[in-house]
Amino acid sequence: MKRRDFIQLSGMGLGAMMGASIPVLGNMVPVEHLLEPGADIATKKRLADIALNATKSRGATYTDVRIGRYLQQFIFTRETKVQNIANAESYGVGIRVIANGTWGFAATSDVTPDGIAKCAETAVAIAKANAKIQKEPVILAPQKGVGEVTWKTPIVKNAFEIPVQEKIDLLMKVNSEAMKNGAGFVTSNLFFVNEQKYFASSDGSYIDQDVHRIWPTFTVTAVDKAAGKFKTRDAISSPMGMGYEYLDGLASEKISAPNGLIGYRNSYDMVEDAIMASKQAQQKLTAKTVPAGKYDLVLDPNHLGLTIHESVGHPTELDRVLGYEANYAGTSFATLDKWKTKSFNYGSKQVNIVADKTQPYTLGTVGFDDEGVPCKEWDLIKDGILVNYQATRDQVNILGENASHGCCYADNWNSVQFQRMPNVSLRPGKEKLSVFDMIKGVEKGIYIIGRGSYSIDQQRYNFQFGGQLFYEIKNGEIVGMLDDVAYQSNTQEFWNSCVQICDKDDYRTFGSFFDGKGQPSQVSAVSHGSATTRFNGVNVINTGRKI
Amino acid sequence: MSVILTENEAKALLKKVLSYSKADECEINLSANINGNIRYARNEVSTSGALMNQNLAVQSSFGKKVGVATIDEFDDASLEKVVRRSEELAKLAPENPEYMGVLEPQQYINSNGYFDSTADINPDVRAEAVMKSLKLTREQKLIAAGFLEDTKGYSAIMNSKGLFAYYKSTNVNYSLTVRTEDGTGSGYVIKGFSDVNKLDTAAATNIAIQKSLGSKGARALEPGKYTVILEPTAAAVLLENIYFDMDARSADEGRSFFSKQGGKTKLGEKIVDERVTFFSDPTYADLPASPWAGDGQAQEKRMWIENGVVKNLAYSRFWAKEKGVKPIPFPSNMIMLGGTATLDEMIKSTKRGILVTKLWYIRAVDPQTLLQTGLTRDGTFYIEDGKIKYPIKNFRFNESPIIMLNNLEMLGKTERVVSTESNQNYMVPPMKIREFTFSSLSDAV
Repeated sequence: MKRRDFIQLSGMGLGAMMGASIPVLGNMVPVEHLLEPGADIATKKRLADIALNATKSRGATYTDVRIGRYLQQFIFTRETKVQNIANAESYGVGIRVIANGTWGFAATSDVTPDGIAKCAETAVAIAKANAKIQKEPVILAPQKGVGEVTWKTPIVKNAFEIPVQEKIDLLMKVNSEAMKNGAGFVTSNLFFVNEQKYFASSDGSYIDQDVHRIWPTFTVTAVDKAAGKFKTRDAISSPMGMGYEYLDGLASEKISAPNGLIGYRNSYDMVEDAIMASKQAQQKLTAKTVPAGKYDLVLDPNHLGLTIHESVGHPTELDRVLGYEANYAGTSFATLDKWKTKSFNYGSKQVNIVADKTQPYTLGTVGFDDEGVPCKEWDLIKDGILVNYQATRDQVNILGENASHGCCYADNWNSVQFQRMPNVSLRPGKEKLSVFDMIKGVEKGIYIIGRGSYSIDQQRYNFQFGGQLFYEIKNGEIVGMLDDVAYQSNTQEFWNSCVQICDKDDYRTFGSFFDGKGQPSQVSAVSHGSATTRFNGVNVINTGRKI
Repeated sequence: MSVILTENEAKALLKKVLSYSKADECEINLSANINGNIRYARNEVSTSGALMNQNLAVQSSFGKKVGVATIDEFDDASLEKVVRRSEELAKLAPENPEYMGVLEPQQYINSNGYFDSTADINPDVRAEAVMKSLKLTREQKLIAAGFLEDTKGYSAIMNSKGLFAYYKSTNVNYSLTVRTEDGTGSGYVIKGFSDVNKLDTAAATNIAIQKSLGSKGARALEPGKYTVILEPTAAAVLLENIYFDMDARSADEGRSFFSKQGGKTKLGEKIVDERVTFFSDPTYADLPASPWAGDGQAQEKRMWIENGVVKNLAYSRFWAKEKGVKPIPFPSNMIMLGGTATLDEMIKSTKRGILVTKLWYIRAVDPQTLLQTGLTRDGTFYIEDGKIKYPIKNFRFNESPIIMLNNLEMLGKTERVVSTESNQNYMVPPMKIREFTFSSLSDAV
């Protein structure tokens, strides 16, 4: 939901940045500061215990304390110029309590014994005040304390340790190669995030986590000034739960796809993709406009991820289903009564969609969520049937379960944690099938790659998706590039038209780095894995207009 | 001292920061705001909170080498440290060929966007405003989910050439979705004001209730081209895509809707119906805005599209120099001139059409034509022979606001609205449009 804000940032100078709502959290700091260690574990435990004792003595029946240091490095360039480098740090503590059966939350950047004690007091006071208008007490699923534990994203190269100059050199190479290959314009960006989160709760958990995320991306623009036309092609990278090693561009992580296309698994070659993008953006200027009609769609993982996100990820968020997001993001068609029948055909038998926060290299993967629940994997859709949702400790009782799914997240120490999407992924097919084989079987179809325009209704029935690249398939072969393509469908109809899924060798993840939800809005990062998948008879519209 | 500094306090603080500067040029942006909010869902308050932010950003330059550092602590040692940091960063930075230097002092017009009524909102006021709303929905056994958010803040700028500017403002946005218990009806309202005394949450709630009850039992119409009446809340989310695109550089570079064949731009061309006029004006009473842009340039009343003709595009100082024209900052507000028709008159004059009260999930499909897609939501109604006949199921549309403004039939009185996409406040009239393109049906309520 915040995509527009983020795009505005990339073109803005400091003056405009100050007032805009952008996901840069915290203070700009010198780059060396990002490598300083922050408070040690013993200090954080001592501070957390101050909060736990202060809230307990004031009558809280549950407390969790999050001491968080959130680091960001964002680099923006266009053509030969570095537009902006943002090195940001945000450090503080958020305290959440249950008192008189009601939640209360307070946060402070004053991470001292006094500051924390005062903040704890405020959290309890807010809970008690809110309890006066609360009708039903919070029911919290039990969670055994896990003692003192640590978890770290298994990175090979800490992106914050890589000199800024090396990053700028990479982006300048990306830009110059794109221009050399015929692009009119290019913007390229690197986003690095490190969440150093210490969590302590009255259940007896003291969890120290070091979470890393990376997103390299660019947009190449080709312009035909004489004709007054322009086309863009965005990077087909994916944001990942990895370190700087994602940018190694390992040949072993590349997947050959039809028409000379290359897919990237867990290693990305940004320069190679920029060269391809530059050529493809120019091809788009003269691509054939699509005749509207029904087509079989062959959807690449770098495209299908967003369709999974919007049409499965969001509708199976339990807080939406219950109506908590009715005023903004909306509710859900995947209602509890449909789930209770145990026979609601969300998709065809091939469709197995799993939620997880454990898959390596993904954005959703952590050891524990932001209410101290160990992360796991569970089914959302099994053999096409809706079987479960995404829930937090205070919701899971509604599903008759007594352990949280571990879906609680806050984007900062000063944001209150709430239900956020885990990784939601389509399991690959069990039988050997490559994308080449899949295309051979398609008579009239379109092969779609990359994230384009996307829109879906507030209950997640009707959607429309574009993409970055569209190739026409005729009688089992790709015959050329198409333009002006968008497909429209209904979620249940679409997933029931799924007929084939490539095997695990084609499996890749797609990611959303700044997914927005809530009022005030918070961001989160989430991955969606899949192999290339075929959907039959989907309605394609032509989006070209003459003005 | 409150974090919301007065003009004199801000000036004194900025002077102190500037006194630490050893750079060729120095510019400081200072701002703070206090936000309060209360959220409710399922007829109960779900969360409430308050957030204070203050920030000081120092930009130092040596020649064309520029560095920026920010801080949120304002003691003397911190202030000196942030100046030194920005200077260190500037020395390490590569030359920025687009750096234009800081501005000379400017003349600003007066604009009052700060209201004590809004600045004085406290948790009790918020809770009371929400209780007025909840009382009505609970009485009628309807389910409410809403959000009230108020903010007060200021921003100030000072630079080493003696430029100083200060502006403080308040705002309150209130939105509410009312759904029927059986989930077959849904209505919405959103209001934004600088002065909270203009906000009547009970009256707003009654609008959402009426739409919620009125939208029960929606029938399906065939997708296609229809005459539509867009309420201002629906029109704003389409129109703002024109505003966001009015950058001269992108147009000159051949990569925006405002580019033209042969490397030219649409500046000076008639692009929409001659009744369409957009302008910005910091002193507009119903939508006051900052009289200066983030880099200190003065804002003034300025036509962007007048009688259908593109009058201005925004030129950054760098791009203006390249093109040999006067710089024009992006505006701090946007007003679309209205007409005289009432919503009732628009409905009465419609033989066959659709009343659209809200649009949702707007995304650009083709930047070349500004084509947008999205859906109707929370109350869509069929009009026949001048009367609302019955509620209809929601549609997906694919339409460009440019095509839409070429198909203009009638304009109503302009009013202040909040974009449900960007949260920005604008002045937008209700409008009647012919041949608006709906491309498919949605089952969503």
